[in-house]
Amino acid sequence: MAVKNYVLVCGGSACESTKGNEIFKSLLHEAEKKGVQNDLQIVKTGCFGFCEKGPIVKVLPDEAFYVEVKPEDAEEIISENIIKGRMVDRLLYKDDSKKGEFKAEDIKFYQKQERIVLRNCGLIDPESIDEYIARDGYLGLERALFELSGDDIIDELKKSGLRGRGGAGFPTGLKWSFSQRIESDQKYVVCNADEGDPGAYMDRATLEGDPHSVIEAMIIAGKCVGADKGAIYIRAEYPLAIERLEIAMDQAREKGLMGDNILGTDFSFDLEIRLGAGAFVCGEETALLASIEGKRGMPIPKPPFPAAKGLFGKPTVINNVETYANIPVIISKGGDWFAQYGTEGSKGTKVFALTGKIKNSGLIEVPMGTTLREIVFDIGGGIPNGKKFKGVQTGGPSGGVLTEEFLDTPIDFDSLLAVGSMMGSGGMIVMDEDDCMVDVAKFYLDFCVEESCGKCAPCRIGTKKLYEILDKIAMGNGDMDDIDKMRDMGAAMKKASLCGLGQTAPNPVLSVLNTFEEEVLEHIRDGKCRSGKCKDLVQYSVIEDKCIGCTVCARKCPVNCIAGERKVAHVIDQDACVKCGACYDSCKFGAILVS
Amino acid sequence: MSKMTLEDLRKLREAKKLEASQRDTEGKETLVIVGMGTCGIAAGAKEALDVMLEELKKVGNDNVIIRQAGCMGLCHVEPTIEVRTPGMPDTIYGKVDAKVAKEIVHQHIVDGQLVNEHVYDKPAADIIKQ
Repeated sequence: MAVKNYVLVCGGSACESTKGNEIFKSLLHEAEKKGVQNDLQIVKTGCFGFCEKGPIVKVLPDEAFYVEVKPEDAEEIISENIIKGRMVDRLLYKDDSKKGEFKAEDIKFYQKQERIVLRNCGLIDPESIDEYIARDGYLGLERALFELSGDDIIDELKKSGLRGRGGAGFPTGLKWSFSQRIESDQKYVVCNADEGDPGAYMDRATLEGDPHSVIEAMIIAGKCVGADKGAIYIRAEYPLAIERLEIAMDQAREKGLMGDNILGTDFSFDLEIRLGAGAFVCGEETALLASIEGKRGMPIPKPPFPAAKGLFGKPTVINNVETYANIPVIISKGGDWFAQYGTEGSKGTKVFALTGKIKNSGLIEVPMGTTLREIVFDIGGGIPNGKKFKGVQTGGPSGGVLTEEFLDTPIDFDSLLAVGSMMGSGGMIVMDEDDCMVDVAKFYLDFCVEESCGKCAPCRIGTKKLYEILDKIAMGNGDMDDIDKMRDMGAAMKKASLCGLGQTAPNPVLSVLNTFEEEVLEHIRDGKCRSGKCKDLVQYSVIEDKCIGCTVCARKCPVNCIAGERKVAHVIDQDACVKCGACYDSCKFGAILVS
Repeated sequence: MSKMTLEDLRKLREAKKLEASQRDTEGKETLVIVGMGTCGIAAGAKEALDVMLEELKKVGNDNVIIRQAGCMGLCHVEPTIEVRTPGMPDTIYGKVDAKVAKEIVHQHIVDGQLVNEHVYDKPAADIIKQ
C-alpha cells in the first residue's frame, strides 16, 4: 500500500548514459540491504531538463533535489534522507547566484520559470468559467469596474511596464492612453490572435488553456478607453481555440460578465470572433483591421495609428493574445507587483515555444532577462544525440539567429535588438551543427515570398530577389559580390517597405551574413556546404579501404544507386544519387565520405 | 444561471475557492487533469481519457474527479496527465497511451505506487505567490 517516500531517478537519455540506471539499481540494493524497501518506491522518470547537472535524483515529498549523483551516493541517500529524514546537503542543488544557507523552497527555482500568462494553462478546465473565477478570475474586471477610472487603469499598466508581446514591444499603457484621450462616438477593442510565425504556438495554447483571461482583459480595455464592441481575430486553423473561446464568451454573457450592463453597472461590452484565412500579413495590425472590415488584408501606411484611426476609422485598441493575458493579473494585483519580474526595460515574463533540435521541446514561460543558456540547456535539456549547439532563431521570419556567443545574454526586447535579432512573438527554433545557415535563411525568405501581400515594391521584389541570390549560392553558383548585394538590398527593404513584414523580412539573411559570414563564403568560394544540407554542393562516395561490403547502405538507398557484392567495396552511381544521406547515416564503419 | 451582480460574483468566487481548498485539505478525492490542447488531443489524450474512465468504472472507484485542461507545456511527451492523490506527491505523467493510462488507474490511484518511466516534471512549478 501507500509508501512514505518516493525516490525519482532521472531516466532521460543523458542521465541514462551518465549512470542513471546504475544509480537506480544501487538505490534498490541499498534499500533492500537496510530493510526499508517497503517504505519507499524508487521510480525511473522522464528527463527533468537540467541535464548539465545530471544525473538527478529527487526525493518526494521532501522535494530534495540532488544533482550530479553517483551510484556510490545511494547508500547515503537511503540512510540519511529515507531513514533519518535528513537531506544530504552535499548533493543538493545550490543556485550559484544564491550562495550560503540553503532553503527548501529554493529548490523549485532551478526550473527558472515563472507563470503569469500561463497561470491557469494546464490547470483549470478551459470550458468552466467557475474554475477561472475560483483562481481569481474576473477580479481584475471587478476592480476596473468598481474601483478604478480609465486613467487609473492606464496608470497601473504604465507602472507595470508591460510592453506588447506581439513582437515590437510597444508600451501597452501608452497605446491605450492614445485611444482613451480621443473623443469618439464609437471605439473598438481588437485582439490579434493571427499567430503565424513558423514554429510558434504560444497564443494557441493560451486560448485553448485559458480563454477567459483574454476575454476579461478585453472587457477591461473596453472599460478603460470607452469602447463597447470588440473582436478577436483568430486563424481558422485553430478550431479548438475558437470553440473554447465561443464557449467562454457564452458563459461570460450568461453570467452577466459580458453584454449589457455588466455586473449591474451601466457599462456594456460585447465581443465577436472573426476568422482569418491564414495570411501571415494579417498579423500586421492595419492589414488585420482591413480584413475584419471585409477588405483585402493589406497594410496601410502609419500614422494614423489604429489607436487614433483603426477599425472602420474609429479609435481602436489592438493587442495580441499574450499581452491581454497579462492584464487581468496586473489590474488585480497591481502594476508594481508585475514590475518586480523582468529587467529594467522589459518587465514581466515571456512565453516561448521551444522547438527544433532540443531534447525537451515545449511551451515555457520565463522572466524577462533569463539567458538563452538557461532556456536551451537548463529547461530544454540541451541538444539531442550529442550534437553541437549552433544557434537559436528567435522572432521567426522577422528575427535573427543567436549564436553561442550570445548564450549568456539576458533576453529582453532591447538586448535582442542590440544583437541583431528581435523578441518576435516567441518562437524559438534551436539549431545544431547539422543545420546549414544558407538553407535556414532560404527557408525564411521562401516564407516571406509566399506571404508578401505585394502592395509595396521593396517587399514584393526584394524578398524574391534575395531568395534568388540565396538559391544561387545554395546551388554553388554564387559570386563574391552577392554578399554585398544582399546587404544593400536588405538595407533598402528595411527602409522602404510599407509594413513590418517587409521591413523585417531581410533580418534572417542579414543576421546570417553577420554571424555566419564564413559559412556563406564557403558556399561561394569553395563550393562547400559543411552540414551537407545544400544538395547541389554535396557528393557522397565510398571510402574503399573502410568499406567491408556489408550491403547495409545499398539496402537503405531509396534509389538503388549503390552497387557492390557482399564483402566487396561498394560504389555509388553519382548520376543517379539523390543525395539523401541515407547511406551516410546507415554506415557503421564511417566508410561514406561527404565532400 | 441569471446575470450576476458584483456581490454574486464575489460569493461565487469564495464558494469555488472553498470547494477547491476542501479538496486539498480533506483529501478524499483524487484529481486527474488531462492536458487537452490541440497538441495533447493529436497525440492521443482522448484515448487516454476514455481508458481511464473505463478502468475507474471497472475498479468501482467513484472518488476521482477527471478534468480536462489546456496544454501543460510538455510538448515532447504528450499526451500528459497530472494526478493528485491524497497522501502522494502531485505527479505528471507523460507519453500516456492506453496501457499507461490503465497502469495509472491500477498502480497509482488504487495501489498508491508511481508508474515507472512515465513521471515527468512540469517545466514550470507555479511559484507565483498567490
